[in-house]
Amino acid sequence: MSNSKYLLFLGCTVPYRLSNYEVSARKVLNNLGVELVEMPEFNCCGLPMDIVSHDLMLGLASRNLCLAERAGLNILTLCNGCFGTLNKVNKMLKEGGEAKEKVEKYLAGDNLKFKGTIDVKHIVHVLSEDIGFEKIKSSVKKPLTGLRIAQHTGCHILRPTKEVGKDDPENPTLLKNLIRLTGAVCLDYMGETECCANPIIGVNEEIPFQVAREKLNNVKAVEAQALITVCPFCHTMFDANQSRIERAFNEKYNMPVLHYTQLLGLAMGFTPDEMGINELRVRPPFI
Amino acid sequence: MSEVKMVKSSDIDSKFKYEVSKIPGAERVMLCFQCGTCTADCPIAKYSDFYKPRRIVRMVQFGLKEKLLSDNHLWLCSTCYACIDHCPQDVEVASIVRVLRNLIVKEKNMMPMVSKGLATNLLKTGYIYTIPESRLKRRIEQGLPPLPKANIESISKIFDAVCFKKILDEAKTFERVEK
Repeated sequence: MSNSKYLLFLGCTVPYRLSNYEVSARKVLNNLGVELVEMPEFNCCGLPMDIVSHDLMLGLASRNLCLAERAGLNILTLCNGCFGTLNKVNKMLKEGGEAKEKVEKYLAGDNLKFKGTIDVKHIVHVLSEDIGFEKIKSSVKKPLTGLRIAQHTGCHILRPTKEVGKDDPENPTLLKNLIRLTGAVCLDYMGETECCANPIIGVNEEIPFQVAREKLNNVKAVEAQALITVCPFCHTMFDANQSRIERAFNEKYNMPVLHYTQLLGLAMGFTPDEMGINELRVRPPFI
Repeated sequence: MSEVKMVKSSDIDSKFKYEVSKIPGAERVMLCFQCGTCTADCPIAKYSDFYKPRRIVRMVQFGLKEKLLSDNHLWLCSTCYACIDHCPQDVEVASIVRVLRNLIVKEKNMMPMVSKGLATNLLKTGYIYTIPESRLKRRIEQGLPPLPKANIESISKIFDAVCFKKILDEAKTFERVEK
């Protein structure tokens, strides 16, 4: 299947709250010769429903997979959660068994049938596996030499390993290597693979704030100038909630949190405005 | 010395572990030998006095169904899946927590208020949020294509097929879980 044309699965949170991730991703991918096709119809990937009804999640995810099969394109996601869910269900259904039987029932009225002809990829996988480091490197026109960057890959493009299996979940390197292509320095820090804890913020804020505070402390300790994320939930946790975390613990971080596509875009020579930098809550002073 | 709480045999549903182990994701629940790796590596357990994955699995094995299904702390799992990756027995701990949450919804008619809100939006719009008109207009200013539309009728059919509409209508909710 094509390595330069994908069905873009935007998810719910990116268009609702982080259009700068979408804007920067589209520009960066276009610059790398990737063609994005819009979903013909859309519904939520299903992840937020898994906790209340696993079967509802199965139905919602498989509907999106069937639509992608009909379009004959692999899915590209910007969100770790969408990737994790669609990829898991795609693999489950390809194996057949009980899940496949259930889904056939759910989608029967819709004239959709799962065939197992496509793959699901997160933008980090598309960049590192399909486009490749050489091509990205040659697209960098204004290297961010000397910039000190920490990365937060996030959970659902790493774990569970038996479902994802694309990176080392204990020592992930895909995003780190992508960051280094921009000319920036990618730093090691304590607890790189720790969760952002955003998924439970709807029922308890104290714990996610404590988890995120620990991450921000660790990132600050290595004198990072920015934290890079590739998931709208992780980004919201560290950027939009940062001032609340600061207030809760009487700390000051001033840690800019950029989507990776914004960092790469700046290195390609796009302006901060074109990358939606002004929409970040914590303004990066180095731009 | 703190008071020792006794578990009465009448609190135990000895068949519960078999019931749970038939649900996809929880098949290996009986293989947990209580090493505690899941709790040690859980980012939530680190800050919660109550959410301890090892204990949750043990309670399933003991058959403490009522106690588990009336415990809101099960909603504190952030689905980082570290417990699944690190379990030496290949027990899908986070999936067991998901199975228990699904049972709370089904049998206790209870879910977090935030989940009820997201599901209600989803049924109406296909998205878990109601995306305001102003944001759709802003997309045009930003040069972004229109958002893909949802096929509400098909989504509604999926809700029907998994019998979730009635559950959603009738579900009681809670707002907050103490840490």
